Amino acid sequence: MRKCQVRELGRIAYGPALELQQQLLAARKDGAVPDHLLLLEHPHVITLGRNGRQENLLASEEIMERAGISFFPTDRGGDVTYHGPGQLVAYPIMDLREWKRDVGAFVRAVEQTIIDTLAEYGIEAGRIPKLTGVWVGDRLCGAGTAKIAAIGVHLSRWVTSHGLALNVSTDMSYFQYIVPCGLTKPVTSMAQLGVRATLEEVSRSLAANFGRNFDCEMLFEAPVLAAEREN
Amino acid sequence: MTDVVMPQMGESIVEGTLTKWLKKPGEHVERDEPLFEISTDKVDTEIPSPTAGTLSEVLVEEGKTVGINTIVARIENGAGSGAAKPAAPAPEAPAPAPVAAKPSAPPAPPSPPIEEPPAEPTGPLSPLVRKMARENNIDLGKVRGTGAGGRISKQDLEAYLAQSGAPVPAAAQPAVPAPVQAPPPTAPAVPYQAPAGQAKTRIEPMSTMRLKIAEHMVLSKRTSPHVTTVHRVDMTKIAKLRDRYKDQFKSNYGFSLTYLPFIARASVAALRQFPLLNASLDGNNIVYHNEINIGIAVALENGLIVPVIRNADEKNILGLQRSIVDLAARARARALKPDEVVGGTFSITNFGSYGSLIGTPVINQPQVAIIGVGTVDKTPVVIDDAIAIRSICHLSLSFDHRLIDGALADQFMTKVKQVLESWSEEVL
Repeated sequence: MRKCQVRELGRIAYGPALELQQQLLAARKDGAVPDHLLLLEHPHVITLGRNGRQENLLASEEIMERAGISFFPTDRGGDVTYHGPGQLVAYPIMDLREWKRDVGAFVRAVEQTIIDTLAEYGIEAGRIPKLTGVWVGDRLCGAGTAKIAAIGVHLSRWVTSHGLALNVSTDMSYFQYIVPCGLTKPVTSMAQLGVRATLEEVSRSLAANFGRNFDCEMLFEAPVLAAEREN
Repeated sequence: MTDVVMPQMGESIVEGTLTKWLKKPGEHVERDEPLFEISTDKVDTEIPSPTAGTLSEVLVEEGKTVGINTIVARIENGAGSGAAKPAAPAPEAPAPAPVAAKPSAPPAPPSPPIEEPPAEPTGPLSPLVRKMARENNIDLGKVRGTGAGGRISKQDLEAYLAQSGAPVPAAAQPAVPAPVQAPPPTAPAVPYQAPAGQAKTRIEPMSTMRLKIAEHMVLSKRTSPHVTTVHRVDMTKIAKLRDRYKDQFKSNYGFSLTYLPFIARASVAALRQFPLLNASLDGNNIVYHNEINIGIAVALENGLIVPVIRNADEKNILGLQRSIVDLAARARARALKPDEVVGGTFSITNFGSYGSLIGTPVINQPQVAIIGVGTVDKTPVVIDDAIAIRSICHLSLSFDHRLIDGALADQFMTKVKQVLESWSEEVL
């Protein structure tokens, strides 16, 4: 069975996380490391995908700076998005040649990973054709749907980087600075849907579901302790 | 002349958007050098050139979406312009399943590594580089990496060896230790002179689990002022109970009855009475946990792990024993679920099964206390001025003195002892 090393990085700024991704990406292309799944949380940051349109950024850089938000243009797919505390970010660094050479299948499996994770918390989520990401019926507004997780991937020689962002307990007011992914549909979080969960537990659950959907063994850096033995 | 086509990126994908040309017409491009970028779904992909040559013609402009296998550009290969050979860019090329590791990394400006395991001086290393370093006793901390992200490549090692005057051995040949100082990359710099002839050391990187254990031990000792108190507990009553029921227990449930569930049960009773032992510290706040989740340390072949019995206070002896057997078995089979190793509020470690009388366990952060169970031995003890033979066990409690004082710790242990010595619960 293929193996995937999970690394839980806690809160890490966008720049250093990007550099780590690029290092792992280079190492993965060389076959020097196995597939990786980075799990983390960013401080407030707005990122713009390669195809992002600046007009989907509603605030000037100056206003954002005052709000303590940094700004990063990146090479991932997708448009503009916000990351911040309370949002679970997962970056799979995965060689698709060893899984399926199919970006569509990859994105669908990432979506399924999120859907399965949300189901564990009693949230029924799903897809909307042509609108990549994971969506829920918005119980607050009672009407329409809201986006709970965003996906944006970069592929280089079949090795993936970037990935997904799932709103666990994100402060949703920060989304006012952008039109998320260029879509004028509302965004939501697990907390807004009445689920109280820590980032840590959701991240563990996501990793397990990732393993199931990508048919790989997730290697955790195990929390451990002192002297031990047997029963 | 080679035609470049929109590659097929997956079964369900019939078209792609050309988002960016990375080369302009007239520019030279190497084979496998990124030529353009496409966007499909929410995935952006760099497409490498299928061949080397001059980009002579760009047929699809940026922003256009075209079907797969549409010709997007032509590359002049230099000599002769015969019939156009359609060539799909690299991602298309059918390759035998897992593609082998390529030893060469594209050169990139060296940048400091971010967060690789501390064992690695500069980012991840390929197995070849590790092997060469090991065979030549090279301290990788001294080698300058020129690969992507400052990674050390085979060429870097060869250059280093050449510079230090050592012969570069042929790949598979057993190494003659090079006359260089060779402290293991992870160890403190103890000067070590590699002797001529037979190597007297073997260097290998720590496993991820070993590294994590090491980190956690240091973290725990640095975080909590550890104090350990030892109480002698008369387990005679429980030993008799166990003797009486062990066969029946085994035949009823399929696993043995050990001392550990009794100690867990007694700990639960004491934790209920003294909730501070079931707390943790968060900055200047004390966090009291309403659940009692007991971590049971399990030795693995090359490490240890502490799976957690959730809501241990809701379980009787049978339930606790069943959880312990199940968690330990799955820990050894590496089949624990991720959420089974987090959320503990107190821990028990049983070094007695290895013959130890008394230990001073390390606290499993962010918990504040851990019981270590010594071996249960028949021992002569004085009772009412007479010598009696009793089954004696030493229980050690390591506690975080920031939060817990000795008096409280000993009251807690007195409760544990009292529950065990005057056991009154049913077992079967």
